[in-house]
Amino acid sequence: MTQDDFDAQAIAQNMLAYLGLPDEPAYRPGITFHLTTARAIASGLLELPMDDDAEPAPVFKP
Amino acid sequence: MTDWTAATATQIAEAVRNGSVSAVAIIDGCLNKIDTHDTAIGAFTHVARDRARARAADIDARIKRGEDPGPLAGVPFAVKNLFDVEGIATLAGSKINRDLAPAARDAVLVERLEANGAILVGALNMGEYAYDFTGENYHDGPSRNPHAPDHMTGGSSGGSGAAAAAGFVPLTLGSDTNGSIRVPSSLCGLFGLKPTYGRLSRSGSFPFVASLDHLGPLARSAADLALSYNAMTGADPADPVCTDRVDPPVSLTPGTGIDDLRIAKAGGFFEEGGHQEAFDAVAKICSALAVNQTLPIENAALARASAYLITMAEGASLHLDRLRTRHADFDPDVRDRLLAGAMIPGAWVTKAQKFRGRFRAQMQALFEEVDVLIAPATPCVAPRTGQKTFVLGGKELPVRPNLGIFTQPISFIGLPVVSVPVWLEGSKLPIGIQIITAPWREDIALRVAAWLEENGHVIAPAARLKEKAA
Repeated sequence: MTQDDFDAQAIAQNMLAYLGLPDEPAYRPGITFHLTTARAIASGLLELPMDDDAEPAPVFKP
Repeated sequence: MTDWTAATATQIAEAVRNGSVSAVAIIDGCLNKIDTHDTAIGAFTHVARDRARARAADIDARIKRGEDPGPLAGVPFAVKNLFDVEGIATLAGSKINRDLAPAARDAVLVERLEANGAILVGALNMGEYAYDFTGENYHDGPSRNPHAPDHMTGGSSGGSGAAAAAGFVPLTLGSDTNGSIRVPSSLCGLFGLKPTYGRLSRSGSFPFVASLDHLGPLARSAADLALSYNAMTGADPADPVCTDRVDPPVSLTPGTGIDDLRIAKAGGFFEEGGHQEAFDAVAKICSALAVNQTLPIENAALARASAYLITMAEGASLHLDRLRTRHADFDPDVRDRLLAGAMIPGAWVTKAQKFRGRFRAQMQALFEEVDVLIAPATPCVAPRTGQKTFVLGGKELPVRPNLGIFTQPISFIGLPVVSVPVWLEGSKLPIGIQIITAPWREDIALRVAAWLEENGHVIAPAARLKEKAA
């Protein structure tokens, strides 16, 4: 599967229902644009190998 | 007669402290300028006239009694409207928050500035819920760039940029999650300090992305950044991220050299995708600083991507209930990004947080080799108000999420940055350069900024505003 092989409309429809969020037709173009943009931006990160013992930094100390 | 609205905070405090001007006169001049010009600029959403006048009278009375009102005596300042101001609702740029109860007390940073003699004069316009790089507010209208009012201020601290650049106040506070202090500093021609993550307390401010949120000052001189920064540092148990480390106050002594500092240009990601003016400004600053090495910043694009995803997910989490119940009251651009953010997989966000640790280690190793990195703050000068897209790296991209491409990888790992204002020859608009240092070394970034200012390489004049039509 490539990063383009997904149906942003279907994701939006299902996830809005799953999350109990409003599914207004006027919101859909913006939502699908941002879903598609995020998937493209995420691609490099998702391809990056990460060690099993890598620690997340949700409370981050510089 | 001195026009105190063109003065720096340092100059005002010195004059008030030595009795050459009263704090009341300073505030009157400031309020008069806001009343005359802010309709055209759109910086303020609330002007605290009575509070500011009362506070100024108190400062003058204390000076008359021989008391010391503090190093910021009589300095007017204003804050992005996500800072709590006692007696008014904390809007965070939204319509929804207008229904909140008025804040019971000021934000901690407001309290600390006032404890040092400064005077709050109001709350400032901003992009809704800080999810913005343009400075355009859907409900209150755009803040306009005082140097060219048909151009953006940048955001999300748009009013903070506008108010300082217009000369309404010499000092403002903003927030910076991904670049929201540095972007308006760049587009409005100001000095802006995004301190180390955790350096300044965020208590009493409306959050956006807790793991990335910073607060800090914007001003028209490096000395004013240092003056206000020194007044605002200190532990705060109410903010779990705020550090309890104690560093000496930043002292900027004129004539101090920078020869002992190892300075490099940030290469790779930071040399690509911007307009020529961004790279010309970097070249100008690197020439001034005699920088002769470029260090490629590996993985900066992944850092930006990680910050982008964390922002989407955490922002959506913060606003999830409002998205259910008040969705029609959001700025549509913000709403759609947040709705999409609610669908970002948790696995992506966790990986982004893991990468954060890796990128931090990579950059810590780099700061063993250098003390300072130089990078553009924005990819271009201020776009026109209302402009939706621009071309970066040959691609047409939306302006709103992409003005911060060069700031986002740096705040991702919490490094301190001073944005300094460069005016290229023949340009009517300024552009900022990031002076980036290792964690907790705000002192070095401020020292380099002050050296550049003292030697005439960067400057932040108050804009010449058009006279109001009769």
